[in-house]
Amino acid sequence: MAKYWQEDMETMSPEDMKKLQSERLVKQVHHVYENVPYYRDLMDKKGVKPEDIRSVDDLHKLPFLSKADLREAYPFGLLAKPLSDCVRIHSTSGTTGKRVVAFYTQHDVDLWEDCCARAITAAGGNEDDVCQIAYGYGLFTGGMGLHGGSHKAGCLTLPMSSGNTERQIQFMRDLGATILCCTPSYAAYIGETLHDMGLTPDDIKLKAGIFGAEPWTEEMRRSIEKSLGIKAYDIFGLTEISGPGVAFECEEQSGMHINEDHFIPEIIDPETGEVLPEGSVGELVFTSITKEAFPLLRYRTRDLCVLSRKKCSCGRTLIKMAKPMGRSDDMMIIRGVNVFPSQIETVLIEQGYSPNYLIEVDRKNNTDTLDISVEMNPDQFSDKMKDVQDKEKALAGAIKTMLGINPKVHLVSPKSIARSEGKAVRVIDRRKLHD
Amino acid sequence: MDTIKQISIFVENQPGKLAELTRLLADADIDLRTLSLADTRDFGILRVIVNKPDETEKLLKANEWTYKTADVIGVKLPDRPGGVAEVLEAINEAGVNVEYMYAFVNRIPGRADTVFRVDDIETTLKALTAKGIEILSPEEAYNG
Repeated sequence: MAKYWQEDMETMSPEDMKKLQSERLVKQVHHVYENVPYYRDLMDKKGVKPEDIRSVDDLHKLPFLSKADLREAYPFGLLAKPLSDCVRIHSTSGTTGKRVVAFYTQHDVDLWEDCCARAITAAGGNEDDVCQIAYGYGLFTGGMGLHGGSHKAGCLTLPMSSGNTERQIQFMRDLGATILCCTPSYAAYIGETLHDMGLTPDDIKLKAGIFGAEPWTEEMRRSIEKSLGIKAYDIFGLTEISGPGVAFECEEQSGMHINEDHFIPEIIDPETGEVLPEGSVGELVFTSITKEAFPLLRYRTRDLCVLSRKKCSCGRTLIKMAKPMGRSDDMMIIRGVNVFPSQIETVLIEQGYSPNYLIEVDRKNNTDTLDISVEMNPDQFSDKMKDVQDKEKALAGAIKTMLGINPKVHLVSPKSIARSEGKAVRVIDRRKLHD
Repeated sequence: MDTIKQISIFVENQPGKLAELTRLLADADIDLRTLSLADTRDFGILRVIVNKPDETEKLLKANEWTYKTADVIGVKLPDRPGGVAEVLEAINEAGVNVEYMYAFVNRIPGRADTVFRVDDIETTLKALTAKGIEILSPEEAYNG
């Protein structure tokens, strides 16, 4: 049974990797300069010529791209190939403004699917596995990306898409699915539904899950692993760069290996744009060095994280990224304090509550308010009013210790917070409406 | 032991929630022998004593209401000044705390039956019996 999907790339020495990256980068910069007027203008403005980029050491000379550039150049402004050479489009959900559309040639799709196949192989998947894809299919990259990877890895692929949870479980049982791919919040919901149907992990054959496309905590991982009886692997990606499979987790479960033969990562200071040394916390930046149709150079992801070249017991030499501490888009500033939903989730699970919660931020009388509704399980309920209020106070206190600001906690009935079959809605910020 | 099963149900403070809950019980032909509602801004706890406690529990569970059961004591209080004070004094002398109490919908002239939730049932029952205070049996509580 193969341990790696592309062993030569996944276990390449750092010296050889740097050489490969340099060759690919030089070629890519010429391709972009010649075919993308939008980026050529940025380079010209900065006074950088393609000839100035001779290796990865020169990467820092290139201008950044941000989500704002993608919106400005929408839809065709960053395209580097004629549309006749493109075979596919994917798009972001566009919840925070204009959608981002990304284009793929057949070659781009092939490489992307290889990246996903690496993730599936790392999770123990091969031709003996049945892989259930419960990410949404369509413009969202999750479904089609893992679908293609599962095909390549030779798994029997169940293209379920998201939704209809009881049917998901029925197929899972009838067809003996061994690997589940979906968002972590949907995996948690499938686990809950399984138990509601009176079933246990012994009634299904799942052994692994590949979960991504939204932030999740280590505690949530353990709870999903328990409810489905599996090992849960993280996967990272973004539509702008390709989709899921930009980075993936191995059995060590301590960070995700970046497919750096395709995507060069950098960590920068989000304020100054300066490149930070390995091990620093900063904003993650990616440069696509193999993509043909939509090759973004130095794209700022807004994800805050850390890179590490520490030797991994799985044998892969690909650099690892820690789970992002949050997207700067997710970060809320409440009463002047930086708050990430993941911090609140960590406290909830530590205190024995379900990871089903809703954060509501508002501004009343010029002060920010933070209200957190949390589902309690029936055992946590008491017929004594004081017990319930004490529980709310204790939870508010624990959250205050974590964040430094006082929230108002509301315990609510189990299952009263809407479940999502795609990306979970965890935060409602009403302050934006008043501006 | 002569205790009564009380069912406490978590009710979120949303319009129609309480109506929805009582309609559910009514449609299953469950008689609310007595009830008490404690409430805050966000939620309430509806405490009920019903004629069919086990059936009520099943119904709540099936409809995903959050509830808890507790054993409470029903006391046959004489309906006259000092009736409550005497019972509370007896409980207090026994060193027991009363968590909360509420009155039955009275049907018997001269009696004001009351429900007590205490932190030590056995001691309370002994103390009340010793004072000659009559305890309501589950049979009387559920079926009147």
